[in-house]
Amino acid sequence: MKHMDHIVIIGNGISGVTLARHIRKNSENEITIVSAETEYFFSRTALMYVYMGHMKFEHTQPYESWFWKKNSINLKKGYVKEIDTSNKQLIFSNNELLSYDKLVLATGSKPAKFGWPGQDLEGVMGMYHKQDLENLEKHAPNNKVCKRAVIVGGGLIGIELAEMLHSRNIAVTFLVRESSFWNGVLPTAESEMINRHIINNHIDLRLNTNLKEIKSDENGCVKSVIIEETGEEITCNVVGLTTGVAPNIAFLKNSNIETNKGILVNRFLETTIKDVYAIGDCAEQRAAIGNRRPIEAVWYTGRMMGETLAQTICGNRIEYKPGHWFNSAKFFDIEYQTYGWVFGEKGRPTYEKHFHWSHPDDTKCITIAYDKDSSLFLGINTFGIRMRHEIFDKWLTEKRDVNYVIEFLADANFDPEFYSLYEKEITTKFNQENGTSITSRKKSWKRIFTKA
Amino acid sequence: MKILKQAGFVIFLIGLSIFTGTLFTGTFNLTSSELASFVTEKGYKNELILDELTKAVVTTEELTIFEFSNRVRKAYKTSNDHYDALIASFDADKNWDKKGEQYQYKIYGKPHTLSFELAKIAGKGPTKEHAGILWLLTFGLGIIGALLFILPNFVLLGKAGIKNNGIYLEASTNRGFIAWLVLVYLVSFYLVLYFMPDYVVNWTYILDPISKTLNGGLASQWFVYGFLYCIIMLVMASRMYIKYRHNKYQIIRTTSVLFFQIVFAFLIPEIMTSLNMPGYDFKNAFPLDYDFFFDWNLDSLRNSGGIGIFILVWGIVLTLIIVPVMVYFFGKRWYCSWVCGCGGLAETLGDPYRQHSDKSLNSWKLERWLIHFVLLFSLVMTLVTLYTYFTGTDSFLGINSQWIKDTYSFLIGAWFAGVIGTGFYPIFGNRVWCRFGCPLAAYLGFVQRFKSRFRITTNGGQCISCGNCSTYCEQGIDVRAYAQKGENIVRSSCVGCGICSAVCPRGVLKLENGPENGRINPTDILLGNDVDLMELINNK
Repeated sequence: MKHMDHIVIIGNGISGVTLARHIRKNSENEITIVSAETEYFFSRTALMYVYMGHMKFEHTQPYESWFWKKNSINLKKGYVKEIDTSNKQLIFSNNELLSYDKLVLATGSKPAKFGWPGQDLEGVMGMYHKQDLENLEKHAPNNKVCKRAVIVGGGLIGIELAEMLHSRNIAVTFLVRESSFWNGVLPTAESEMINRHIINNHIDLRLNTNLKEIKSDENGCVKSVIIEETGEEITCNVVGLTTGVAPNIAFLKNSNIETNKGILVNRFLETTIKDVYAIGDCAEQRAAIGNRRPIEAVWYTGRMMGETLAQTICGNRIEYKPGHWFNSAKFFDIEYQTYGWVFGEKGRPTYEKHFHWSHPDDTKCITIAYDKDSSLFLGINTFGIRMRHEIFDKWLTEKRDVNYVIEFLADANFDPEFYSLYEKEITTKFNQENGTSITSRKKSWKRIFTKA
Repeated sequence: MKILKQAGFVIFLIGLSIFTGTLFTGTFNLTSSELASFVTEKGYKNELILDELTKAVVTTEELTIFEFSNRVRKAYKTSNDHYDALIASFDADKNWDKKGEQYQYKIYGKPHTLSFELAKIAGKGPTKEHAGILWLLTFGLGIIGALLFILPNFVLLGKAGIKNNGIYLEASTNRGFIAWLVLVYLVSFYLVLYFMPDYVVNWTYILDPISKTLNGGLASQWFVYGFLYCIIMLVMASRMYIKYRHNKYQIIRTTSVLFFQIVFAFLIPEIMTSLNMPGYDFKNAFPLDYDFFFDWNLDSLRNSGGIGIFILVWGIVLTLIIVPVMVYFFGKRWYCSWVCGCGGLAETLGDPYRQHSDKSLNSWKLERWLIHFVLLFSLVMTLVTLYTYFTGTDSFLGINSQWIKDTYSFLIGAWFAGVIGTGFYPIFGNRVWCRFGCPLAAYLGFVQRFKSRFRITTNGGQCISCGNCSTYCEQGIDVRAYAQKGENIVRSSCVGCGICSAVCPRGVLKLENGPENGRINPTDILLGNDVDLMELINNK
């Protein structure tokens, strides 16, 4: 019988927990998950719904507490301050030791800060950890205590924080450095639609606006912020810093594990030290995979790395090979999904051409990216219309061209039954712009269930 | 808008208070001729009950309904006690002929029902005399108040979309004191309605004019319940229409349950009654309609000519053919959340409480034991009933027919479906009956699980495990457990309300009917990862 290893995973987020589950499926190895944040795994992306009152914190925990014992996954709450790779042991902040045979770093991210004056005042917070949620509940329980909040940073967490505060009728000023919301990722028309949607939700959206400093009152609490460009002072009680996240690796300073922005790993998710691996937000690929960034702070990629590394740890050494890119988000009431690659203005390859359709109600649109020479379908962004992941994954694998995608778009629709369908309008617009005469086909179950 | 909402709340409370207050109004007594004709009509063969009732309620005293009820029930008891004593003494004497004779003098039925029937004649007072005005002050104010409370949500909730804001921050929807107050009111309502109908006789006066118009007769407590049921569903449906105005599935589904409740469960039976037919709810399928095969119903249908036979055949065809075939094509949702009356109330009045269903594995285990037990119970009861009906015996397999019918009606029909099923909405969620008790749901569930085109499709790898779907599943299904594994949801208990799909922030869930092949799709590695790895693991 194979020797049983003690696998220690630092971090109980989606990467670490997926890894643990898959190791357990494939082996009898001893597994310990270490976390300083919470006792049990919870869905970080759902923290917003706790503040908004949609759910209680316990609802964000995907597994009942008996799950861990039943699957003999040890949970340890504690903060690892140092890793001694030569003796294969962890040193906790209370100087407790824990030895491992294989160590997996899945410590995720922490909110990035850029050295603004006042960034550590009471009432300044990110929105990432459970502790941030508790902090927000303390400083912004209602609009009496928090008369206005200022959010700095126009990304996904920023707009979620805006929605959270808005749900409690707290006035929000949203400072976005770019000329339009998230336009480093979204094409212009989409980004502008979201701008309008933000404003329609009574958020004071300030584009092209940077934070200069955060001012303190006599108790060390936030009093106001100063705008870089105009010098305007905005009185507020809470400042949300949502200018991105960075790998949470400070505790590795004194270790011999090689790091850059994140923990450097090869395609097998192995670090420079034997038997030490890194997955999820904290891992940095030495060379980017396809169009992906070397550090991907995305739920799905964290999960995929966990799925993959479990194989390696259980003796089936396998490369991390993410499939076609996909992602999703929700901007207030507008759902967003993306499959394949659709670039914003920045960094868009010259061969990438876009077809854009938008609904007059200004809450639905799609953008299809394709190769202007070969017509190869590259990717799609959809807003307010749900699409079937399997279909787009298949079309990307089959290297379909844009005409095919337009023709069979109905197969991909994933909206609830009885929803209005827009394939006809989309096709008409595409035909007008491209001089084609494509007829939109009706949805076919047969095609939907034919595997690539 | 907020002021409008608050005003609506106050008006609703006033209406509710008057409604409740009417129960304590009116005076009750009978003249000897009224009583005599009642007793004749009832065909009581004993003199004692007439004497006892005369002593009790033929009076010029102005009795309250509670005093009246007390006296009637005492008279009932005195009379029956007398004959029971005779029976016992003849029994001791082994005088079987005499003993057998006494039974005809006993009065059967529930004391409160006798009291209700007498009170219906005996009542005097403002509620009875000014039914129209009282209707306006109770139902009228209640409806206006509730609508004023609900309609401003169109603006207050903000733009169309999922707005579950504050559900877990408010006492009414987070099992706070308001929820408990609502529970106490609902439970009391059901207890009185089922077991002490005479106490709500005043409510029937308010609806007598409407009842007369619809079916030609005076309102019973069941007419009050049916009417109230429709009104509550109508008003709370307006809340659904506002809350889910962006979601056509919810709009159409809500309209469907409303239609079937008002037309099929309420209007058609009333109109049938007015035409001297047996009032029948054509959508109420056995075994939810547990007394369909009771002897009194079979007799009534057999004596109603062509329509009776049609109903008998329809009832059997509905359960044996229509229900399972429809479940095959559309899932059990076609019944449970599109047609059923219990489902209709759960999806309207109960919607604010849907998040309270227990999602734990243990509650799932309890669910399977309980609901299948009730199904078995209803089938055994029906078997015994039918056997005794056709053979003329009292019992079958050692089970007394009357006993098992009474036990089922009391435990399952009244307590489980009513008192617990609806009364506990604010604490245990809106589908307690449908999930743990309904024998029809159990039957539909078998079909849905093993032979159906229905499933909730999980959208590849898009799930972020947020838990909105599980939280808002009224049937306590841990939807996320499937979604985060990329597995379709094919559970016997799913009623297809579609809320999991509605609240999903990432477009992961879709209710759909499609080919059976591929309906269940176990996966370990989710879509989006390495194709080789997915194949290696998922096809292992």
